[in-house]
Amino acid sequence: MIHSLFLINNAGDLFLEKHWKSVISRSVCDYFFEAREKAVEPDNVPPVIRTPHHYLINIYREKIFFVSVIQTEVPPLFVIEFLHRVAETFQDYFGECSETTIKDNVVIVYELLEEMLDNGFPLATESNILKELIRPPTILRSMVNTITGSSNVGETLPTGQLSNIPWRRAGVKYTNNEAYFDVVEEIDAILDKSGTTVFAEIQGVIDACVKLSGMPDLTLSFMNPRLLDDVSFHPCVRYKRWESERVISFIPPDGNFQLMSYHISAQNLVAIPIYVKQNISFFETGSSGRLDITVGPKQTMGKTVECLVVTVHMPKVVLSANLSATQGTYNYDPVTKILLWDIGKLNPQKLPNLKGSLSLQSGAPKPEENPSLNIDLKIQQLAISGLKVNRLDMYGEKYKPFKGVKYVTKAGKFQVRT
Amino acid sequence: MLDSNKDSLKLEAMKRIVAMIARGKNASDLFPAVVKNVACKNIEVKKLVYVYLVRYAEEQQDLALLSISTFQRGLKDPNQLIRASALRVLSSIRVTIIVPIMMLAIKEAASDMSPYVRKTAAHAIPKLHSLDPEQKDQLIEVIEKLLADKTTLVAGSVVMAFEEVCPDRIDLIHKNYRKLCNLLIDVEEWGQVVIINMLTRYARTQFLNPNVNESLLEESSDKAFYASDDEEDEDEKAEVTTLEKRKPYVMDPDHRLLLRNTKPLLQSRNAAVVMAVAQLYFHLAPKAEVGIIAKALVRLMRSHSEVQYVVLQNVATMTIKRRGMFEPYLKSFYIRSTDPTQIKILKLEVLTNLANEANISTILREFQTYIKSMDKDFVAASIQAIGRCATNIGEVRDTCLNGLVQLLSNRDELVVAESVVVIKKLLQMQPEQHSDIIKHMAKLIDNIQVPMARASILWLIGEYCEHVPKIAPDVLRKMAKSFTNEEDIVKLQIINLAAKLYLTNSKQTKLLTQYVLNLAKYDQNYDIRDRARFIRQLIVPTDKSGALNKYAKKLFLALKPAPVLESPFKDRDHFQLGSLSHLLNAKAAGYQELPDWPESAPDPSVRNVEVIRLLERVTTLTSIPDWSKCSSRKDRKEKKVEKPFYSDSEGESGPTESADSESDSGSGSASASGSDEGGSGSESEESREETESEEEEEDEEEEKKKRKKLDMTKAKKQADESAESEQSSGAENRKRGRKAVKNQKSASESESESESSESEDESEEESEEESESDTDVRKKKMPVSKQPPKQSKKESKKETQEMSLLDLDDFEPAPASAPVTPVNFLSSRLVSDLEGLSLTDTILAPTTIAPSGLIKMYELLHRITGEGLAVEYCFSRQPFSPDPNMVAVQIQFTNNTNSETKNLHIEDPRLQSGMRIREFAEIDVLAAGESVTVVIGIDFCDSTQAANFQLCTHTRKFFVSVQPPVGELMTPAFLTENDFKKEQENLLNGKLMGMNEILEKLTLGEKCVNEHVIVERVTATANLSRVPCGSDKECSTPPPPPSAPVYRFAGKTVSSGCLVLVTVTTKEGGGAQLTVNCEKMVIGTMLVKDILQALSQ
Repeated sequence: MIHSLFLINNAGDLFLEKHWKSVISRSVCDYFFEAREKAVEPDNVPPVIRTPHHYLINIYREKIFFVSVIQTEVPPLFVIEFLHRVAETFQDYFGECSETTIKDNVVIVYELLEEMLDNGFPLATESNILKELIRPPTILRSMVNTITGSSNVGETLPTGQLSNIPWRRAGVKYTNNEAYFDVVEEIDAILDKSGTTVFAEIQGVIDACVKLSGMPDLTLSFMNPRLLDDVSFHPCVRYKRWESERVISFIPPDGNFQLMSYHISAQNLVAIPIYVKQNISFFETGSSGRLDITVGPKQTMGKTVECLVVTVHMPKVVLSANLSATQGTYNYDPVTKILLWDIGKLNPQKLPNLKGSLSLQSGAPKPEENPSLNIDLKIQQLAISGLKVNRLDMYGEKYKPFKGVKYVTKAGKFQVRT
Repeated sequence: MLDSNKDSLKLEAMKRIVAMIARGKNASDLFPAVVKNVACKNIEVKKLVYVYLVRYAEEQQDLALLSISTFQRGLKDPNQLIRASALRVLSSIRVTIIVPIMMLAIKEAASDMSPYVRKTAAHAIPKLHSLDPEQKDQLIEVIEKLLADKTTLVAGSVVMAFEEVCPDRIDLIHKNYRKLCNLLIDVEEWGQVVIINMLTRYARTQFLNPNVNESLLEESSDKAFYASDDEEDEDEKAEVTTLEKRKPYVMDPDHRLLLRNTKPLLQSRNAAVVMAVAQLYFHLAPKAEVGIIAKALVRLMRSHSEVQYVVLQNVATMTIKRRGMFEPYLKSFYIRSTDPTQIKILKLEVLTNLANEANISTILREFQTYIKSMDKDFVAASIQAIGRCATNIGEVRDTCLNGLVQLLSNRDELVVAESVVVIKKLLQMQPEQHSDIIKHMAKLIDNIQVPMARASILWLIGEYCEHVPKIAPDVLRKMAKSFTNEEDIVKLQIINLAAKLYLTNSKQTKLLTQYVLNLAKYDQNYDIRDRARFIRQLIVPTDKSGALNKYAKKLFLALKPAPVLESPFKDRDHFQLGSLSHLLNAKAAGYQELPDWPESAPDPSVRNVEVIRLLERVTTLTSIPDWSKCSSRKDRKEKKVEKPFYSDSEGESGPTESADSESDSGSGSASASGSDEGGSGSESEESREETESEEEEEDEEEEKKKRKKLDMTKAKKQADESAESEQSSGAENRKRGRKAVKNQKSASESESESESSESEDESEEESEEESESDTDVRKKKMPVSKQPPKQSKKESKKETQEMSLLDLDDFEPAPASAPVTPVNFLSSRLVSDLEGLSLTDTILAPTTIAPSGLIKMYELLHRITGEGLAVEYCFSRQPFSPDPNMVAVQIQFTNNTNSETKNLHIEDPRLQSGMRIREFAEIDVLAAGESVTVVIGIDFCDSTQAANFQLCTHTRKFFVSVQPPVGELMTPAFLTENDFKKEQENLLNGKLMGMNEILEKLTLGEKCVNEHVIVERVTATANLSRVPCGSDKECSTPPPPPSAPVYRFAGKTVSSGCLVLVTVTTKEGGGAQLTVNCEKMVIGTMLVKDILQALSQ
């Protein structure tokens, strides 16, 4: 299956290679560099590149290209999904997945990759199991290790590997037993010029942080489970019970994990928390343009909108922007042509406004199109779909856990066309 | 440092070496020093040495041999982790000499106690195979052995080994098929992908195509179904007659099992698993069920862009074959300006594939936005997409063409060029009407520089030179002047143009042509020189010119078929979806073709018989005590198999399996141990109860049947025994259950830590079915088809399950998984229901009644098909008060029977996406001869798609559909004349202005002489209101000449409130011009058609 893996940074330096079968020369990456050059933007590199003898399947994450070499037929999603899993594991282990951290922890990275694939076929990808096999680096442990010479490699087979619940390790013990759930909803929307919704849907996830001793069996139920249109679960969730009773019953992995993700489709009415009035125009003559954006609250269910940021990808000919904002700060980067207006909290009494002129490259024709606005926002303590967790029950253990649920609404891919 | 005594120093050294390897530096010099440390006690040092070894052993084979003995020792270590890792490294060092050692190690590990080691053995198989393919036969033996393993841990890995070593040995799968299906949900996610892909291929070879015409299958299935039914009792006979009428396609229960067990995996968080299930459903499921995958695939669109890329590729292929599936999710494919270009283009592809008459206007509107994007590649693709929509959907062709012509004046050259190319293709379809567009394009040639576009224009002019006789020579003149500076592709077209003109209009162009040909003669490009030479010989008459000369005209001016704009994804579905080959549209190495469905199903019993043998093996492993009895039972079974009666039915069983009672036996018994591992303790208890209750319920019937069967069955002794033991079997069962529990406990491994609650649901369901099938099995055939007393909860379809006598042998371990025998009658029943029912969908005919008062009634249900219930409906044109976005539909029920009709209500509306219906309150009783009128509201979403629903009475259900004429989709809007003009202008100035206005000339019918009649006709056709006029004469705009009366009508569409403006300008002599302005193009076009018809009558 997966033959080799190369990690390449944004500048085109190959800084790590790992082979699971016989060694493949790194010259195979030349094909990748070629495609990379052609694509201009890193996003546009085709995920699958065909070379005379191999296929290169790559993903781009955190400014690193994970390029895997394949020789025979394999479902491309299989590889892509695995590579993302690798990136997530790194993130889990080192806090972030960047070139520096990978270089600093190259031995652990190597050990991880060795465990995750055997002969190119995924072996252990559950982070709970991996952490038992190879302990994540902490400052304390590395100190101890240097002094005592002990290792951070587990000696016994992780028990989870063999049980029916490979995601949970055995013998978990906490003094404070707690379980927290974050319901995070993102609104994906496209609004057109006049402010009408072209398309809107809600993508939600429930992230959990469960620190419970023993083998707790949890049941999470919702006030209004019918809202959920399409769901996908962590493997620990018992699908049958969801089918029949619409409750989420599971034995949780230890620590942080994503319990489920769901989707509330465009068919249901999606509340759009803000409206945007905008007017961006470019003059036929004089190489200039005008910009006027006002943001106001629409359906916020009585909560405040925070962390409001408006991003505009300006056309190439816009040289600079001379604007004034009634609230927040703006910044125009003439290289990337991105105008970023960080508003912060939205005050319904005094609507934030950004107004001023844009200067264009002289002599260039007026841009055809108006740029679209990308909105970012956050509303605490609100799930915009109205989803509510009803209760969390625990079976199988005697103690009383501390439970908590938090709701957050964010803007996902929220775009206003102009 | 490596020679140091301290582990910490060694570790440090190894870390540095590994870092070197990671950076790709050569560390092979250190091999001897490193290899010494293979026996090091420190586990981390050891691991790093392993890493090193695996990397360099191939290069230094001799030295690598030094380490072998360490691994051999490791293979015997009591710690399973060490055993496994020793095997892993041993099999990973690619040294040919040790092949025999590896083979031995793998064989040993394959029967290791620890499933983890067995898993490693499975991983080692492909390694050894690639090292030495000659070991294949031995390896297959090991695979066969491991396939029989029943732990989820091993399943994925061994199937992967199977796929790599011997993917064609499908026969190895037979006996493990059901086990794999049942274990699937518990296998780790990567294994799931591999297993699902393999099972897809397997199912393609073993089952019949569920979508094949039902009649084709009829004989085989019928025969099998009734092969042994000599003595059904009465109600069964009734059942049978209806069955015969329906001619069912009966899905093999194993096929159903696969579909059922994979469905929950659509909910997986792993995109690869979801995709694997999606392709399985796409390739294997009956049409009606494929739809469920759409939702899951759309969910994946939220994932990383690489995932999106792959998913969209597959969706694009699916949309070509099954467009309806994704239509409800149309909006999920809308494009954001932040998407990477490759994603945008794929989404565009999907949108284009999804376009149909109903949604084309929304899609085109989206495309209009895309055209203004900054991303030029994407704009070009959008223009092509518009072109494709135009060719596929005739109704919008003209509007699209108009829009594209507008784009010709765009400032961006690329946009213009792309439009030209697309327009060229469109014009080829109907050149006659568009000579002005051709003229316009001829003018453009001065400005456009993009070679492809220039070439297209020249080709167009040449092809249709008779439509533009004056311009063509002029263009040629200009081109001749600039010939030398043109691109090759343009030059070729200039030559073509010259040749065509020479043939049609030689007087004017003779010299020009010769000039061009002379220029071409000395061109640098040999293609152009060749072409010039060829054409000169062909068209210029010389004394030597051959016969071809005469035909030159025919050659050049032959009618060319219009090009078909096709999706590049058209033929991709012959590759298995989700595969690398599909993505690349080329066969990748190691791709296994997806076989076609077989003509007739192979013998399904292959999946059972051997399972018994499997059972034995498994029982040894899990030490189920009564296994000796099992084998004796198996002997018996084999004996029975030989009985003539049985073999009959087996021979013919075909796809049904219903007749094939034997088939169930295997899995029934196999499941005893092969059941959901870990869960079996609780499960057996569960099933015990189930069996009991089942027995009680069926006791009576079965007792009856049993008597009869006893005569038939040759296994008389057993049957007798069973009849007697009937009563006690429950108790025995219980005993058995307990035993099983005990076994489970004693069975070492961790499997026993079961989560009982999880397996509960499953086992409940399963055991229910099992106990039935199980009993058949032992009873020995004579299946009697009848409705099961309990409908399986979840399956909505009817299942005919066979029942026969219970003959529970006390030594039989608890049954677990056995397939149901679902006989999918749903579709056939539907058909029969529909037979007598004429769908009233031919009501689109325009109305020709007076506007006021009389409103045309449409028939919803004829009195004969409705068995006395007649239903008519009309559009009352009243606003529907509960919801202003709905069209009010008045329905009148008339009961023509002699008895009451009760509980009239609407059920199960099947609507296009976005459409809604508000039902009327149920009518309790409709007395004979009475009639009653109700009003329902339907939101048609401004489309003329029919709203389908079921009309239910207390006895029957009727499928009916309400299809609105376009004129009923609007409500009158009151505008003054000035407003009207303003709105009209607004609409005209919108994007792609050509698309919003439709002009049509007509001749008024004889009766349409006065104002009154015209107004009446228009308002009858469409629910519009007349705009008060009178200021006509003051109006300053030129188009309506002041003398001719102008009638204006205004309305709004009901759902979205788009303005609909209609203008009728009459001229002297009965001529008139009709203008319709509406943002919704489809509505506009249809409205024009309707009004035209109304007025010209």
